[in-house]
This record gives sequence, structure tokens and C-alpha cells, in this order.
Amino acid sequence: MDKLFIFVLILSLMACGNSKKKNTEGRQDATLTAAGATFPLPYYNLAFKTYKDSTGVTVTYGGIGSGGGIRSLKDQIVDFAGSDAFLSDAELSEMPAAVVHIPTCMGAVVLAYNLPEAKELHLTGPIIADIFLGKITRWNDPQLQRANPGVTLPDKAIHPVYRSDGSGTTFVFSDYLNKISTSWAEEVGCGKALKWPAGIAAKGNPGVAGTISQTPGAIGYIGSEYAFALKIPVAKLQNQAGRFIAPTTESISAAADIEIPADTRAMITNSPVAEAYPISCFTWLILYQEQAYQNRPEAQAQATVNLLNWMLGAEAQDITTKVHYSPLPESIATQAKQTLATITYNGQPILK
Amino acid sequence: MRDYIFKRLLFLCSLLVLLICGGMVYSLVSGAIPAFEKFGFFNFIASTEWDPHPENEQYGALSFITGTILTSFLALVFCLPFSLPVALFTGEYFRGTRAASIIGSVIDLLAGIPSIVYGLWGFYTLRPLMVNLHLSEQGFGILTAAIVLAIMIIPYASSLSSEFISMVPRELKEGAYSLGGTRLDVIRRVIFPISGSGIFASYVLALGRALGETMAVTMLIGNTNLLPTSLTATGNTMASVIANQFGEADGLKLSSLIAIGLLLFLITAIINFIGKMIMKKLN
Repeated sequence: MDKLFIFVLILSLMACGNSKKKNTEGRQDATLTAAGATFPLPYYNLAFKTYKDSTGVTVTYGGIGSGGGIRSLKDQIVDFAGSDAFLSDAELSEMPAAVVHIPTCMGAVVLAYNLPEAKELHLTGPIIADIFLGKITRWNDPQLQRANPGVTLPDKAIHPVYRSDGSGTTFVFSDYLNKISTSWAEEVGCGKALKWPAGIAAKGNPGVAGTISQTPGAIGYIGSEYAFALKIPVAKLQNQAGRFIAPTTESISAAADIEIPADTRAMITNSPVAEAYPISCFTWLILYQEQAYQNRPEAQAQATVNLLNWMLGAEAQDITTKVHYSPLPESIATQAKQTLATITYNGQPILK
Repeated sequence: MRDYIFKRLLFLCSLLVLLICGGMVYSLVSGAIPAFEKFGFFNFIASTEWDPHPENEQYGALSFITGTILTSFLALVFCLPFSLPVALFTGEYFRGTRAASIIGSVIDLLAGIPSIVYGLWGFYTLRPLMVNLHLSEQGFGILTAAIVLAIMIIPYASSLSSEFISMVPRELKEGAYSLGGTRLDVIRRVIFPISGSGIFASYVLALGRALGETMAVTMLIGNTNLLPTSLTATGNTMASVIANQFGEADGLKLSSLIAIGLLLFLITAIINFIGKMIMKKLN
């Protein structure tokens, strides 16, 4: 007991010493609070840690889901929120003041499968839709066989696996199918949670990935960052240009190499770029355009914008690939920096 | 004086428990009201629709009520041929022997295993087995969940019934033997009639445990929001749908999930009540 007490005492003394040192070095002591999407959490954790090491600014990001993040921003209890889905016009009008979207990195939704007979699997959008609608039920279906000329597909049942919890991954996946298949758009539609006509469900990326790897004949969608870290087999998808593209950091980034609205509120699924992976997506940090609210000190606003500016720079973008995300294309980063320049404190632009 | 303080303290503590329980019921009811108002209480119970599409949200609990009742009662049926013999073994045939105490403590150990461990075992061992035996195409479903539930509730059913069986007065059993009864006769004519209500109580307790079990079921039932059409079909129980969807739910969906929680609470209360009534009658 005494030993424990002394240990704790030493620890707290060390902590005191540490903070003093920072003060004497003249570092900023700002603490930023944020909450939101869990999809980019591993990237944010690493990026914010790197940022702290070089600037001393602590960023606490709570992975509570996009919805919770937006709610926290609405209640003005966080400096910024993370979200996998941009706010719709209706949602924007519900916010107490104007907000801006800053894309931070890119990811994708990949189709992982368990079919040892097929080392490589080619899928098209309509085939994926039919599998998850329960219309294609066997692996040797003529449509599947036609898309995979080099492979003899076995006469096995297909078990589609989907997310049982509401998820941004489901949103991006269904957004793509909505664009590519009219029967999907009519029967299921697009959303974070859906009414699925077929298949089995599991909770979270780990649940879906675990179910796929344990069930022969299974196919399911998971976040690219999770699939890449796990190294499970994923299908090549046919993009709008007709090419079968494997999800890689390059092909995901390529999907954003298009004209998008100035506020970056755009879904980039089914991208027309020839090298693009078709189910790619942005993730955003969302903050108020006018930072002087709720008696926020100017230093806090300055620290917030500095961090976001750094997130769009080369150092932060290089970190993305280390944790299996994809960097923003140059054009999007420039566009986001222009948005960042519109953020003000009492009407004065913060970024000089 | 001291006695007075102690008495007051006990009273306060019991009152607090009552208050907490009342508060829980209150928050469940107030959370569930929007869902009941939108869909109607009986419609909500009788509808199998579960459509989270933002423009046309439709929620109903029937699929989950069916899933809960199917898995729990199946589990009870599956556990019966194991728990009753164990209870007889440890409570009558080998009462007080080393073998009985070893078996008794091993069974009690089953109750101490966290449900996630049962879930993992079911996921990695039982599920492939079900596929290999061609009982199910992908291994998930009502049947798989019920088998794991059955194993989980064996200790609840057996250790309590063993207790009741061993409490049957010696004189009665000896009287039956002296009348020329065999051991089977004694069990059928003396032990079961006397300890019957106690045994029944232990199965009600086991059923209560099966109704609310969440983690292991969530891992094995397939989590589809559809009315199960066969024993090998996938489904969802009331507890597992809450566990699955609570995180990102808000608005009407959150209220519907809370309503399902309230219904689960009611069903458990009703089953306990029925159990108590039958026990009273048997006595």
C-alpha cells in the first residue's frame, strides 16, 4: 500500500515537472476537444499525437459516432466534430450558426469474401446489389461467372454479411448501390441502417470481418482501413470507366480527383476517374465558421484553425497511409484550405 | 438507540432499492412513449416491420419477441435432459459423496463463465459443427443460440433443483422404501411431488436468465430483423437488437429500442409471476 502511494506520488510529481517544463519553453498549452466518427479514429489518434509532440497542443477526440459528434457541436461543447457523412441542407439549417466542412482523409468500403477457390474476384455494382438483395444466391451464378472469366466459381451458397449497427460504412456502401442499381434504390435505399432483405448481420467492422473469415461462401463490406490492417481478400470492383480496380491508397485517392462543390460536401462514390476505386469516401471535421461563440478565447479559435491547417498539410497527409487511410488529392486539400481561410473570429479571418 | 439507528438504516436501504427500481421503470416508460404514441401499443407489439429508412421509419417488436421466446423456451427444453439428471445425481443418488461434490462444483463453475466466452465458443466451435452436420447452411440462427443458452442455464436449473431434491425429508423416503418401493418409485412418488415446486422455481429462474441473455446470443443469432421462419433461420432477440443498434440510434428508433427494453422487462415480470402462481398452487 505504502509503495503504491509513493509510486503515485512520484508519478504526479513527474507530471508536474513535465508541465512546468513546457511552460518555460514557451509552448502553447491549449487543449482542444472534439468528438465524432469512429471510422477515422485510428488516423486521428496518430495525427493528434504527432501534432502534440511537435506543438504541445493536446487534442482529445472522442469516438462516439458521427451523430453524437454533430450533436456535441450543436450544443457547442466541442471545438470541432468528426463526421463520415456531410450535413444535408436541412441539417445545416438546424445548426445554431454556419458551419464549414474540412475533409481530412479518405477511405473506402471494400468487399471482403471467403472463397478459397477464387484468389481474385471481380465484381460489378449490379452484381453486388443483387447479392445483397438476395437475388444472386450461388457463387457459380452466370452473372458472377461472366465477370470472372479466368476463375471457375464453385456451386456454393453466397452468404451476404452486413452491419447490424448503424454505421457510416453502411451509408457509403448503400449510397454507391443507390447510384448504380435502380432495384436497390427502389427496394432498400440509402442510409446508416437499412432494411436488409437477405443475409446475416454482425456488429462493427470486427464482427463483419470475423463472420466472413469464419463462414465459407460469405461476402461482406467493411471499412478499407480495417480490411487493409487485417489483410483479408477483397474484391476488385468495376468502376464507371469499366475497369476492375483493387482498393489501394492510390485508387481511393484517385476517386476524389474530380470537380466537387466548393464546400466539399460531396459523395464521391462511382467516381468517373479511370483509375478510381468506386466506393471511396471522405471523412470530415466540421466546425463553426464564426469562432467567437460562447465566450471562446481567441487563442482557442486560433489553435483550432492551426490544427486543421496542419491536417491539410503534407506532414499530416503522409501519416494517413501509415494507418491504412488515403491522403487527399492536392486539388481537394487546396479547396479545403480556401474554406479554412473563411473562418473568422469576430469577423476577422483567423488564418493569415 | 443503536437498534433504532440500525432499523432506520435498513429501512432507508430497502427504500433506496425500491426508488432505483421505480426510477428505472419510469425512465423506460417515458423513453418508450414516443414509439407507442406513433405506432400504438398493440400495433408495436404485433408488427414485424423494422425499417430504419429516414423518411418512412417503421418499427415493430414482434420479430424480436418471437426470437426471445423461441430461443429461451428451446434452451429450456434442451437443458432439461441434462440438468434434471445432474440434479438427481448430486441431490439423491450420490448425495454427499465426493463424486457429487465434484460434479456439483463443476456445474456451478459453468455459471461463473462470462457470457462472451460462451459466445466465442459458440462462434468458433459450435457454429462450424452445425455447418458440418448440415443442420444449418451458415451456422447462425435460433437453434445455435438456443443450444449455447441451454448450456448457460444448466447450472441455474440444476444446482437449485438439486438443493430442493436433497431437502426431501429422510423419513418419507425411508417410509416408501419400507413399503417395498424401488428407488425409481421413491423418485417418482415421493421426491418429485414434494420438491416439484422447488424444481419448477429453479427452471423459472433459468428461463429468466435465458430471456435476458445478450452477448452470447448476439454473437450467434445472425442479427437479422426478420421474423424467424424456421429453427435454423437467423433472427434477433429483444436483448440482442438493443445491444446491436443502441449505439447510433436516436429519435424514434431510440424510443422503439427503449420500448423493446420495457417489453422485455414486462415479459420477464410476467413469467416470474406465472412461476410464483404455479408454485403456490403446487404447494
